[in-house]
Amino acid sequence: MTWLELSAEEWNAVYLSLKVAFWAMLVSLPLGILVALILARGRFWGKSILNGIVHLPLVMPPVVTGYLLLLTFGRRAPLGAFLADFGIVFSFRWTGAALACGIMGFPLMVRAIRLSIEAVDRKLEAAAGTLGANPAWVLLTITLPLTLPGIVAGMILSFAKAMGEFGATITFVSNIPGQTQTLPSLIYTFTQVPGGDWGAMRLTLISIAVSMIALVASEILARRVGRRMDLE
Amino acid sequence: MTISVEILQRLGDFQLDAKFVSTGRLTALFGPSGSGKSSVINFMAGLIKASEGKVSVDGRVLFDSDKRIIVPRHKRRIGFVFQEARLFPHMSVRQNLAYGRWFAPAEDRTPDSKGVIDLLGLGQILDRMPNLLSGGEKQRVAIGRALLSSPQLLLMDEPLASLDQARKSEIMPYIERLRDETKVPIIYVSHSVAEVARLATDIVVMSNGMVIASGSTEEILQRSDLMPVEEQGEAGSVLEMAVVSFDEKFGITLLRSVVGEIRIPGRFAFPGKTIRLRVRARDVMIANQRLEGLSALNQLEGKISGINRQGPIADVKIDCAGTSIMSRITHQSSQSLKLAVGMPIFAIVKTASIDAGSNTRT
Repeated sequence: MTWLELSAEEWNAVYLSLKVAFWAMLVSLPLGILVALILARGRFWGKSILNGIVHLPLVMPPVVTGYLLLLTFGRRAPLGAFLADFGIVFSFRWTGAALACGIMGFPLMVRAIRLSIEAVDRKLEAAAGTLGANPAWVLLTITLPLTLPGIVAGMILSFAKAMGEFGATITFVSNIPGQTQTLPSLIYTFTQVPGGDWGAMRLTLISIAVSMIALVASEILARRVGRRMDLE
Repeated sequence: MTISVEILQRLGDFQLDAKFVSTGRLTALFGPSGSGKSSVINFMAGLIKASEGKVSVDGRVLFDSDKRIIVPRHKRRIGFVFQEARLFPHMSVRQNLAYGRWFAPAEDRTPDSKGVIDLLGLGQILDRMPNLLSGGEKQRVAIGRALLSSPQLLLMDEPLASLDQARKSEIMPYIERLRDETKVPIIYVSHSVAEVARLATDIVVMSNGMVIASGSTEEILQRSDLMPVEEQGEAGSVLEMAVVSFDEKFGITLLRSVVGEIRIPGRFAFPGKTIRLRVRARDVMIANQRLEGLSALNQLEGKISGINRQGPIADVKIDCAGTSIMSRITHQSSQSLKLAVGMPIFAIVKTASIDAGSNTRT
């Protein structure tokens, strides 16, 4: 079974992918909840424009998203140069991979959370209001807890998307071993060199395993949350 | 405590133009569905807006369109019991009950949450989730939750309407205890004569978005013109009587007041307690002398104080030692007995027809 043993390079890629996906999911979560709330509840001019922008990464070619990121956050780009003065650099770093993955997964996360917010019975919020809870408390104690299944689903979707993201990542941060070489990038590299088939196969199996674990975990979580508050 | 409400609002084709003042312990907003009663209490709680109006509770202004005062709903201190309970599905009964209490100002917080839990009989179900409760239990929890937020006023929007008859009878005694044992005034929306007669101290009658009558329960229920057409026979009198004794052999309770003596089936409270009876006008017969050999047990002596004829029907108002009892008979009987105002007669009430509720106030 020695063919199943991973090389240091492969371990690096697995570890980096998990790290990138974790941070992409975590950082986009608060923003995702906020945007989902605005889209679900807000009534303002330009709501459909905001909705369009959020969904862009879903419909644009990933390469285009990556290239736009490069134009915006590249070292020579105005915003990239400005952030670099504060020590925040995205291009050709793992943080850049996390940014690209977060943006690619953002529409999926927002959709899941938004649907869940729209399903919350607003009569319960009115009831909480009559009991003395101001709007902020209503959000924290009623709306968000009832949205939890959607939030969990959104996090899993974002994580899974980040684990598999390739196009935008490789365009924005390239494919530097140990730095920005994620699981999909390494699989791609293996398929480009002669004799890389076994490596590609090993990583593919790992990729499938991680996806399955994420899926099962989300099922279990969703069921547990759902059982606790089987709606009336 | 005085509650004063004025509201003027168009809702689509419907014009709501209602105004009333009440000092009652339990004021029923009574009227057919679609008469605007639910809108009135939703407006009072700040759940819907109105273009013009005023709401004040015990002198505290909650809404005044002239002075541009709009107190947000979470600061109104008005408890609301909805028709469908609206318990928070992600919280246990205990957490639901604690929710409003937590937001109440510390100095007003009901010190005795155990008292409320006992009053509503919730001790056994504190750790259950709402989806495992029966309809009646849910509604009791909803009442407790509203009460524990230490409101200055409790609004109830047809809290029994979604329950079957058995559940209704389960909850009514709790609402009676609420009325008699807590200091919080209640406004109770209902279209049921039976509920209102049993629970209300005062009634505000609404029709087509307007208040058409208001007064004490005794006064309003005698006016059959205010009752819904299909329930006109439900009009009648409300009597408060003291329990004298209970006959173990026949299971009959003897009640007494200045009106006279009345026997009702079943055991109600202990001797010395006051209970409230509803005597429907259609269940009262009139005799011009005391009758012997009659199955009806209750014969009350009185004088006719008014006769109101509506086609073949005559509503006769009988004055029994200062309390009015209504009788609905045919015009034909009225003629053959030669009934006239001032005439002394006997009102005969069939024992089995009486509706009784408890009144533990005195």
